[in-house]
Amino acid sequence: MSQAASVDYVIETKDLSIFYGDFKAVSGVNMRIRRNRITAIIGPSGCGKTTLLRAFNRMNELVPGSRAEGQVLFDGQDLYANEVDPVEVRHRIGMVFQKANPFPKSIYENIAWGARIHGYQGDMDELVERSLRQAALWDEVKDILHASGLALSGGQQQRLCIARTIAVQPEVVLMDEPASALDPIATLKIEELMQELKRNYTIIIVTHNMQQAARVSDNTAMMMLLNGDSRSGTVIEFDQTKRIFTRPSDKRTEDYVTGRFG
Amino acid sequence: MTRAALDLRLKQMVDEVLVLGSMVEQSALDSVSALRHRDTAWAKKIEARDQLINTHRFAIERECLALIATQPPMAHDLRILAAVLEVITDIERMGDYIKGIAHIIPQLHPEPLPRSLPDRLDSMAAQGNSMLHRALTAFAAGDERAARALPAEDDVVDGLYGEVYHELAEGLTAHPESVDHYTRLVWVAHNLERFADRVSNICERTIFTVTGEIMEFSSSGGD
Repeated sequence: MSQAASVDYVIETKDLSIFYGDFKAVSGVNMRIRRNRITAIIGPSGCGKTTLLRAFNRMNELVPGSRAEGQVLFDGQDLYANEVDPVEVRHRIGMVFQKANPFPKSIYENIAWGARIHGYQGDMDELVERSLRQAALWDEVKDILHASGLALSGGQQQRLCIARTIAVQPEVVLMDEPASALDPIATLKIEELMQELKRNYTIIIVTHNMQQAARVSDNTAMMMLLNGDSRSGTVIEFDQTKRIFTRPSDKRTEDYVTGRFG
Repeated sequence: MTRAALDLRLKQMVDEVLVLGSMVEQSALDSVSALRHRDTAWAKKIEARDQLINTHRFAIERECLALIATQPPMAHDLRILAAVLEVITDIERMGDYIKGIAHIIPQLHPEPLPRSLPDRLDSMAAQGNSMLHRALTAFAAGDERAARALPAEDDVVDGLYGEVYHELAEGLTAHPESVDHYTRLVWVAHNLERFADRVSNICERTIFTVTGEIMEFSSSGGD
């Protein structure tokens, strides 16, 4: 595959480190995330994958005592600059969590609520339908839009959360283990959905499931704890997914993807 | 499957590739001896043995596919399995060249073989076998250096083939009435020449397994 002359990166980190109090959870990450691609973050438990993901939309700030050093550039602008509003950041960089967490409201309201908060002025019915269609849920819920979101199956709830996230039209969707609580069929639906969504959005996914990373992503970042007692994680290799899973450059990546780690 | 269990299955599979190679080596040795002694019964046995070689190759292929389906393999594991699928195809094809020789033996005319021919064919088979054996040893050991060095030795086989061809061309000129006989003997030598060519493919797959690099040695002869 030939590289375009100017590759379009939506997010770029520069020496990004993340602390919880004195504890440096993530250390010195430099990576560039391509627009309209799916980027997977893999690595053993406790290596800082979720912390890194949450740094991309300033979610870590909700944890008291956390702070970031270095930069996260979003379309060239430093997300951590003083004048930047974290709520606006989370509007443009949405997040889907491991456990589906619909609001205890109707399916319709799950979509409409966030859009209304963000000042959406258009046709709400149209937005709800479009969001549910994009999340591949419309056909299953179009006749029960006013039923509770909590009445849906786990896989449907997760797609509802994806619909809710994209209803506010973010540029980037962060996904933290979005299918780990789902059965294989529901997982497959989420994975197919991701391929649809990447036409309009950039997706960054944290997953423990290496097969999932290999199946869905274009690029993969391998994270690992640094040597020593620091318990600090970093990205040790970041490359095209096909390369990571066929001939990784770093011995530690090789050991991890072939199950020799630990 | 645990990591240790997968390692064991991979090792056993590579061992079976070595066994497959040994079966073909034995056939290659037997074929030139059977030709020297014009032993058609022996030739039939060699031909029949090719079925065992094929059966063994398919058993390895099935094991390979089972591991690909169930693991699934990544990185070096994946490269070993992909390489095994290629290497067993090459070995089986080498067996087919030998089967071709065995098939020719009963078709030869009763007239004597050219004087130097049996020794030269022995040498071609021995050199080809030696290359196959060392190529598979390098494959099993992941010895990239040996894999890069081996294909150059194909020149020895090519040189012998040139000598055989020359001798047979002279014989044919002297005995134009025996064109069938000499043409069949050229095919025997040609099969041994092609046999040795295949060793380069195995070496390419060893380099791929170790480095991930997909490369091709420049070929000295065509199909």
